[in-house]
Amino acid sequence: MATKQIIHGIFGDEVPLLEACTKLRAAGIRIKDVFTPFPVHGIDPIVGVPRTRIAICAFIYGITGLSLATLMMWYMMVSDWPNDIGGKPNWNYYSNVPAFIPITFEATVFCAAHGMSLTYLLRCWLVPGAKAKNPDPRTTDDKFMIYLELNDEQSKKADDILRATGAEEVNYKGMITIEPKY
Amino acid sequence: MHAESQIRIPLILGDKTYRNITDDIIAPIEGKANRLWYILFTISALAFMWGIGCLSYTIGVGIGAWGSNNGVDWAWDITNFVWWIGIGHAGTLISAVLLLFRQKWRMAINRSAEAMTIFAVLCAAIFVTLHTGRPWLDYWLFPLPNQFGSLWPNFNSPLLWDVFAVSTYATVSIVFWYIGLIPDFAMIRDRVVKPKMKKAYALLSFGWGGNVRHWSRFEEVSLVLAGLSTPLVFSVHSIVSFDFATSVVPGWHTTIFPPYFVSGAVFSGFAMVLTLMLIVRKVYKLESYITVQHVEYMNIVIIVTGSIVGVAYLTELFVAWYSGVEWEQYAFLNRATGPMWWSYAAMMTCNVISPQLFWFKKLRTNLAFTFVLSIVVNIGMWFERFVIIVPTLCRTYLPSTWNTYSPSFIDVGIFVGTIGMFFTLFLLYSRTFPVIAQAELKSILKASGEAQKKAAAQHAH
Repeated sequence: MATKQIIHGIFGDEVPLLEACTKLRAAGIRIKDVFTPFPVHGIDPIVGVPRTRIAICAFIYGITGLSLATLMMWYMMVSDWPNDIGGKPNWNYYSNVPAFIPITFEATVFCAAHGMSLTYLLRCWLVPGAKAKNPDPRTTDDKFMIYLELNDEQSKKADDILRATGAEEVNYKGMITIEPKY
Repeated sequence: MHAESQIRIPLILGDKTYRNITDDIIAPIEGKANRLWYILFTISALAFMWGIGCLSYTIGVGIGAWGSNNGVDWAWDITNFVWWIGIGHAGTLISAVLLLFRQKWRMAINRSAEAMTIFAVLCAAIFVTLHTGRPWLDYWLFPLPNQFGSLWPNFNSPLLWDVFAVSTYATVSIVFWYIGLIPDFAMIRDRVVKPKMKKAYALLSFGWGGNVRHWSRFEEVSLVLAGLSTPLVFSVHSIVSFDFATSVVPGWHTTIFPPYFVSGAVFSGFAMVLTLMLIVRKVYKLESYITVQHVEYMNIVIIVTGSIVGVAYLTELFVAWYSGVEWEQYAFLNRATGPMWWSYAAMMTCNVISPQLFWFKKLRTNLAFTFVLSIVVNIGMWFERFVIIVPTLCRTYLPSTWNTYSPSFIDVGIFVGTIGMFFTLFLLYSRTFPVIAQAELKSILKASGEAQKKAAAQHAH
């Protein structure tokens, strides 16, 4: 069992924030999270966040939508009840495919967009009634916050770096107990 | 941080900080509405009520209450449907296409433009659900076997494509809009003090915190949704035009329709965005964010799309003559010189001649002139759809079926009602939602803010 100190480093702008992140990482300190009022570009590799794979999900959902639409139209228009509309019979799928393209496209977009959005909301746990995830409410307004969970020795080092890079506040928010993993 | 050239005109005027942006965006939500808001709201709500009355009457007695008749079976309803759906297109164009092109000026207007899209699509939906005659059977549009057996809806029909296109467009637009709203709702949640408001915005913000992983996913989702919405928006109005173009009616059966409809849609949509934005910036004092520069950019889009529309009109005339098809030639002769020549003249004046005035910089940076012209453009675009539908159907192949058309009281009532509904929704939106995407705007403050740009310039020398 280990106890760790929770530290909030509050900054007023993105430039000192990025500098502090870079220096903390160089000192071998793990940045637990950073809360910002807007997306700060270039912060992901500094904090050590890998590129999101959500776009790959969107592609898979899109392919699913395309397949479902194709299957649906093949079943309804060719297999189950083939029609002869204006002398253009639906005896097989490929000779009718031009007429099916618009809906195939729409279904692809529909599934890709909604599937990805749903994945995003669930993966970030953004659901109605969820508790606000930012520990300090000012981070949605004009403050940028580095959130750290460190042991005593690292806390001291981090404190120095945060103050040196221009943190407006360094707040100690109590201890957290980390249960060891067996 | 992204550096920007000093030559570029700042997008955020005045000496603004992140905090100032928060304050300015939240002011209409925390503050009380002024008298102008109440006056506009009352007028819109009354129009909306009148519309509901006419709508209920139509449902009660059937679409015989409309002016549509045996030959002219599509008239005001489809004109209004296409008009509203077209207006909606600018919202998606601003938020999706301009995002892909990395146009930062979109950030001040995309939120309201998307809201406009959603409200316009809702108005359009009223006309399509109603024009089927028995709207309580509209579930037949969905791919369900009908009750007599297992005959399915016809997937070869552009009318069914339209069902899929419009419903995909409406739902994807709402999701795109809402995902962008979540961080801004979180800002309001963390800011307001009234407990009830706090609770409401906490519910709306879905627990957003703004940490690195969430922002990283947020940006990826926005980009991919923009990439999906861009072809979607083009497909929707193309498919709307297929409703006409795949028929064998002279004047409709032309391959120029899809691009011509799409550019017309963008043209009218931008005009509507201008109408709304010029009011919003004044009423909510957002002149620092929605600047004359923004208005000028939008006016340039209006010149471009208006010119495309103008060229399309002339191309139609040329192709009708060059095709040698007498039916086609007569369709256009009838539109321009027939009994409804005035609608053709209104369309040509409002859509082709008036936007050309924006070539003068003095005019396109004049806000009052822009406001008037934005309304003129939308009148013109309404007449474009009217010209395509009504005069054409009045005189088709068989002269013995030639007919005339005039709208009924109910037709006008439903149309006015949708305008009322549109403005009612927009006015409610503008007092409860963040009208500018403040999170995005804050991200460009350092590069595009006026004071920040000046400071950087002094620093350089």
